[in-house]
Amino acid sequence: MKTKQDEKMNLLEEYMQEMKKQPYAESQLIGILHKAQELYGYLPEDVMEAIAYGMNIPAARIWGVASFYHYFNLEPVGKYTLSLCLGTACYVKGAGKILDRMREYLNVDVGQTTEDRLFTLQEARCLGACGLAPVLMVNDRIYGKLTPDSTIELLDKLKKDAK
Amino acid sequence: MAKDSIVTIYINEKEYKVKEGQTIMQAADSHGFKIPRLCYHPKLSIEGACRVCIVEVEGMKTYAASCACPVAEGMRIHTNTKELRRARRDIVELILDNHPKDCHTCERDGNCELQRLAYAMGIRHRHFEGERKHYEKDLSSESVIRDPDKCILCGRCVRICSEVQKVNALGYAHRGFKTVVMPAFNAPFSESVCSNCGQCINVCPTASFVEKNYTQELFEKLDNPDIIKIAQIAPSVRAAIGEAFGLPPGRAMHGELAASLRKLGFDYVFDTQFSADLTIMEEASEFLERLQGNGPLPMITSCSSAWMKYVEHFHPDFLPNISTCKSPMAMMGALTKTYFPGKIKKKPEEIFSVAIMCCTAKKYEAARPELMVDGIRSVDLVVTTREIAWMIKSAGIDLVNIKPQDFDAPLGISSGAGAIFGATGGVMEAAIRTAYELYTGETLLDIELASLRGFHGIKEAEIVIDGKPIRVAVAHGLGNAQELLAIAKKDPKRYHFIEVMGCPGGCIGGGGQPYATANSIPLDEECLAKRAEALYAIDREKTIRRSHDNPDIQRLYREYLGRPLGQLSHKLLHTHYGAKLPRGIIVGGGE
Repeated sequence: MKTKQDEKMNLLEEYMQEMKKQPYAESQLIGILHKAQELYGYLPEDVMEAIAYGMNIPAARIWGVASFYHYFNLEPVGKYTLSLCLGTACYVKGAGKILDRMREYLNVDVGQTTEDRLFTLQEARCLGACGLAPVLMVNDRIYGKLTPDSTIELLDKLKKDAK
Repeated sequence: MAKDSIVTIYINEKEYKVKEGQTIMQAADSHGFKIPRLCYHPKLSIEGACRVCIVEVEGMKTYAASCACPVAEGMRIHTNTKELRRARRDIVELILDNHPKDCHTCERDGNCELQRLAYAMGIRHRHFEGERKHYEKDLSSESVIRDPDKCILCGRCVRICSEVQKVNALGYAHRGFKTVVMPAFNAPFSESVCSNCGQCINVCPTASFVEKNYTQELFEKLDNPDIIKIAQIAPSVRAAIGEAFGLPPGRAMHGELAASLRKLGFDYVFDTQFSADLTIMEEASEFLERLQGNGPLPMITSCSSAWMKYVEHFHPDFLPNISTCKSPMAMMGALTKTYFPGKIKKKPEEIFSVAIMCCTAKKYEAARPELMVDGIRSVDLVVTTREIAWMIKSAGIDLVNIKPQDFDAPLGISSGAGAIFGATGGVMEAAIRTAYELYTGETLLDIELASLRGFHGIKEAEIVIDGKPIRVAVAHGLGNAQELLAIAKKDPKRYHFIEVMGCPGGCIGGGGQPYATANSIPLDEECLAKRAEALYAIDREKTIRRSHDNPDIQRLYREYLGRPLGQLSHKLLHTHYGAKLPRGIIVGGGE
């Protein structure tokens, strides 16, 4: 029940204390969930419970918000989250083909994480970088003007870096 | 906005003066309209989810949801055009297209608001075959079953759980077509903060929430000639069961029930009102003990099982204040497995003890290890008012016209005090009648405590016992209870004695009571008032109106228990509850 009191939890609690001073503190929930995901990589159940306690917001409502937005991960994610943009511009520039190659290469479907916990494959709807289409976001870095081949090269490089 | 200023609106070309600030639906309702509706409930916030209540407002581009749209000066509204009727029909049809086509095998067949609405909207064909939802039913709870396949996402359950009960066990998860009403983290109901009150069942328009049904199991037991089948009937069941047979609310049917249950196969029919009298003997004695410094005050009642689970989850710090008395159901259960078998020369194992309750939470309570006596369950099975009504119909028994019979001795005679247990404030009233006399040795003459009756969320009263002012408070519904606890926390000396019932109106509004009929709404206060009045009438008509005057209670103490709070009482009639940590709890308290 009680969350492990570690450095991450201390940071999250500090952040919640700050948010509680804001007017309509309850409406800061999405920001707090962002913070939690930034710290943990996903939203563990006990962390959502800690937020429920900390903000006095029912856990059922927190669960509703967390499960509503695709952005929030409810399962642990890989070291690299790959968000491939499938917005209009990226799509007409071949993002669909890139997605197929990535699926094949990583052997996972959208929303899944590779067995070695290195990559989580996700799709995104327009990252606002249409001039660079097609784009892929790796964690918080943007890679643009990709082709299926250059994307696989990038993944290979990431794999090497991780070792 | 000044709510008492008047505006002029036109409904279907006719002029009406209505209050500013009202919604179109409220204004229309007060002038003889009843715009079709589904997700709307007057006790809950406006959801605007179903769109069934649309009307045409001249000058607006689209139809307006009348539940959510306020009236304005000069507004010209149409409620009954050809296009509107068609649009409403289409809306309901689209809701139906994702709904299972299993009406006549459904628990709510004949009692379903969606079914009634579909009929009223004139849906006679199904034009579309929509995508269906396929989820597992949540069977984990001892009290409430959740079936997302039947859910139409009206949100009444979510709102009653958060706004009236303030439990917040339910929320919407995921989105769009995949939206599901569920507890936090998709946890099984049994691991959630749910208090088992069953109000989600009461307000659900379909069968997305139903009680865990034990009727088949009970039929099997009733067919077994080798066991002694004993029934007990809660006060509120008699006040409401008639509604399930088409009678108007407010007719007390204990005699008819006793006769029907014997026809159904029960060997003995006892009255939970008897054990309510017993509860009062113990609880009033316990209160007087605490008043003399032996135990924490305020003392808080423990009869309501949803309330007990709620305290365990949300307010474990108040557990020492909770009376150690078991509920009347559990006390009766204990007697049916100890005192009574001795009387008829049977072993406790040969007894099958059934409780017929207005309550879904009692199912959970009956299974609690805290209530076991000598290692066996004191109540073997609990069915709700709805379940027993169905069984009586199914067995072909004419409850409405059957010749009434009395309850069985020695656990069947009750005082008027035992009857009023079912309405909010009743336990307190009954306890005061007895505590006053136990303490002063004098009889309390003015025994009807009007300030404790009625449906105010929190009721307070002061009674002078032997020159000492005793301050009491009563709350019904868990949301009100939470508020009352917050007051008691802030000012611990304010009250001596608190009664809490988990459901709105008390047990008469329990989660196991008959569904609202076609012309009513769930938890309609008028209906609750009539059920309460049925119990108050029983009280008025009794010559014995104080629990301690009940001759069979006196005999029970003389022959068996000894004295209230005595050794045997302690073993059979008292217990302790402990803190629980479910998934998804929040610190309530309403500070």
